[in-house]
Amino acid sequence: MALLLKDGAVAENSWLAIDDEAVTVPEGPVIVSLERWRRDRAALSARNTPLGVRLKSDQLAGEVAADLDRFTLVALEFPVFRDGRAFSTARELREHHGFTGEIRAVGHVLPDQYQFLVRTGFTSVEVADTAKLESWRHALSEISVAYQAALTDDTPLSNLRRRVGTVG
Amino acid sequence: MTHLQAGPYHQAGQYHYDEIDRRFLAERVEQFRRQVERRISGELTEAEFRPLRLMNGLYLQLHAYMLRVAVPYGVLSSAQLRQLAAIGRKYDRGYGHFTTRQNLQFNWIKLVDVPAILDDLAKVDMHAIQTSGNCIRNVTTDQFAGAAEDEVVDPRVYAEIMRQWSTLHPEFTFLPRKFKIAITGSPHDRAALAIHDVAVRARRLADGAVGFDIYVGGGLGRSPFLAKLLREGLPEADLLAYLEAVLRIYNQYGRRDNIYKARIKILVHEVGIDKLRQQIDAEFERIRGPKYRLESAIVDAIRAHFAPPPFEVLPDEVPSVVVAMTGDAAFARWVQTNVVRHRQPGYASVTISLKPAGGIPGDATSEQMEAVADLAERFSFGELRVSHEQNLVLAHVRRDALHALWTELGKHGLETANAGLIGDIIACPGLDYCALANARSIPLAQQISERFADPERQHLIGELKIKMSGCINACGHHHVGHIGVLGVDKHGVETYQITIGGSADEKAALGAVVGPAVGYDEVTDKIERLVAAYLDWRLEGERFIDTVARLGVKAFRERVYGPAA
Amino acid sequence: MARPAEGFAEGLRVITANRLDSGAVVWFGPGDSWAHRIAAATIFERAEEAEAALERAKAAAAAGVVVEPYLIEVVRGDDRVRPLRPRELIRSLGPSVRADLGIQAGQQQ
Repeated sequence: MALLLKDGAVAENSWLAIDDEAVTVPEGPVIVSLERWRRDRAALSARNTPLGVRLKSDQLAGEVAADLDRFTLVALEFPVFRDGRAFSTARELREHHGFTGEIRAVGHVLPDQYQFLVRTGFTSVEVADTAKLESWRHALSEISVAYQAALTDDTPLSNLRRRVGTVG
Repeated sequence: MTHLQAGPYHQAGQYHYDEIDRRFLAERVEQFRRQVERRISGELTEAEFRPLRLMNGLYLQLHAYMLRVAVPYGVLSSAQLRQLAAIGRKYDRGYGHFTTRQNLQFNWIKLVDVPAILDDLAKVDMHAIQTSGNCIRNVTTDQFAGAAEDEVVDPRVYAEIMRQWSTLHPEFTFLPRKFKIAITGSPHDRAALAIHDVAVRARRLADGAVGFDIYVGGGLGRSPFLAKLLREGLPEADLLAYLEAVLRIYNQYGRRDNIYKARIKILVHEVGIDKLRQQIDAEFERIRGPKYRLESAIVDAIRAHFAPPPFEVLPDEVPSVVVAMTGDAAFARWVQTNVVRHRQPGYASVTISLKPAGGIPGDATSEQMEAVADLAERFSFGELRVSHEQNLVLAHVRRDALHALWTELGKHGLETANAGLIGDIIACPGLDYCALANARSIPLAQQISERFADPERQHLIGELKIKMSGCINACGHHHVGHIGVLGVDKHGVETYQITIGGSADEKAALGAVVGPAVGYDEVTDKIERLVAAYLDWRLEGERFIDTVARLGVKAFRERVYGPAA
Repeated sequence: MARPAEGFAEGLRVITANRLDSGAVVWFGPGDSWAHRIAAATIFERAEEAEAALERAKAAAAAGVVVEPYLIEVVRGDDRVRPLRPRELIRSLGPSVRADLGIQAGQQQ
């Protein structure tokens, strides 16, 4: 059973991921693929509940930029943790497209990437492997200094350096 | 934590860590210690651990783990080099290997020792962060930075800025492939800019302010490319925003389906430089803004670390050097090849060759490292450099102390007078150590340097850069060697392909294959015949590379392999 | 391959890996142990035997003893076993340029 993490702690997941093939879309907040969104745009827009869209790693921010006001959540997929495209997608969603909703990491991510996720604009992480939960809890407090500007509102220390990772 | 860096001799420009940097480093070491524990405990699989250990410079090679220690832009203090010597003695086999990336590798490391080694490195503000992995690697530069007579901008300042900016960059740590940045501040390129993913040429703009020409898409390996001009005259304040734009476009559009096509050079090749420039410029315009602006106050604060050492006011020509030179042919040869002019009158920069005839290129014993650390304190303000040509450099030596330095170097087998000559061979570790290699490179380098050991013969031949790699990944830069040697595995037999005409300086060129690949025992003979042809054909003042350029590869092919080849 | 005409079934094979904790070169020996000398390795003459043993060796990798075990070709002569290819020969001895280091010098990583 996958867990949802927010701010380094387990959080309740109120979202339901919908298969592309599912005929009926249940009530409540749902996440659909970009393909499904494009196919069922009118029907999905007519619903009166929050909508989320899930992007594959090669579906970049520009693909949903024009529709962002329809989404409360954007889920970015990591097919494997080494595929780091979603870090750029998250940052572009925030910085260029002004998206203020939830950005969720889904797929194969490691605790060792948690701080990078937060600093590029992710708000939540779907953790498939609960065996690593201790490492996830620890991950945001491991490093307290960063050397570059990022999405989080870090406190500048001096030169290029900032204080980060206050959660933990 | 004991801190070993500060010392009375440490007066030369180097970035000095403060408590914030040290806290970061201590935390990073702890993080890696836990990663090792998680691997040993089974929480992390090898597939998950490998990228994490690589981001900390740890490889699994043929005989053991290899730890690649970062030497930021090649600059070391004596205290740091001494600590490297101590680590080599305590955790390795009493030596280390200086690389073409200006780093140092230990070859006999145990995984379980790595956290303790990182602790020892942190005591002298050193680490192995981002010396491997698909991230922004250690930034490299001119080994004579801050000393070179032709320098217009001190590249160390911006190398340090880029080092900090790239350290655990949250967006650019899982790139399609590795990313190497080099910078120079001199018109004469000693940093091999053309073979880097991004190359930065720092210069003075028309108004006198510092600006940068940015090149992109250089790289060797299976498909070698020289970097292309991407942006001219980038203002200082835009450096980081522009690099963010380049890296973001690469992170998003670089190929991830094929490891051999994942470097940015392939993206440049497939998309085209003009279109890529448009994409990068568009991204840059969006990123550009106060948040990512490189404020001049930041640059000034970093520049303060690189203030010139307390030079004495001296006459430029020193009679004692001239006298010693006329009296000692060996010293004269060494001055001719291993000593270059310094911007400060009365001083010189000295290359300490790690290429004795028959030696292993780039290797230094712990005793030699300690000796060089001592000599750096005595002769060069306690600071030294690693060059991409796998030598060490004392950047600020008084000319009237050259003879004394040379005498001391001789006591440790470090007086070889061959910088830039045929014996000064770049060689990757090859099949003797490296898990990726297909053929050996070190013993061939040893054979060649022994064949040409006679110092007079070497000086007669003049500048000739041999570069060899034991596989197509080209850590030994063979494509840009005046003579390049590439080892391949041909049906289980080590076989070597020889190229000529390559160059890594401001007139960078890729070498061309001169003839059919040859066996291990034939390489040195072929090189000797190439050299003989050059000596027969050269015009007054021509270097090997000039003669190749004038006559073409075909002439050399026919001479060495016969007309039918 | 060194001898393309030769099929797998005719060749002799041993399994090698590196120890996870030390990185030391090891070979799969009797009783599914890991030996520090190739002389102690179990030699497989038949492909099925070799593949079955490789599965057990991979289990040792999954358990965190060794990293990425694989089969290599060896030749036997004078009562000695020697890897066929240069890479594995160097792994079994140590660097060819440093006879004073590695297994050839009696050192254990």
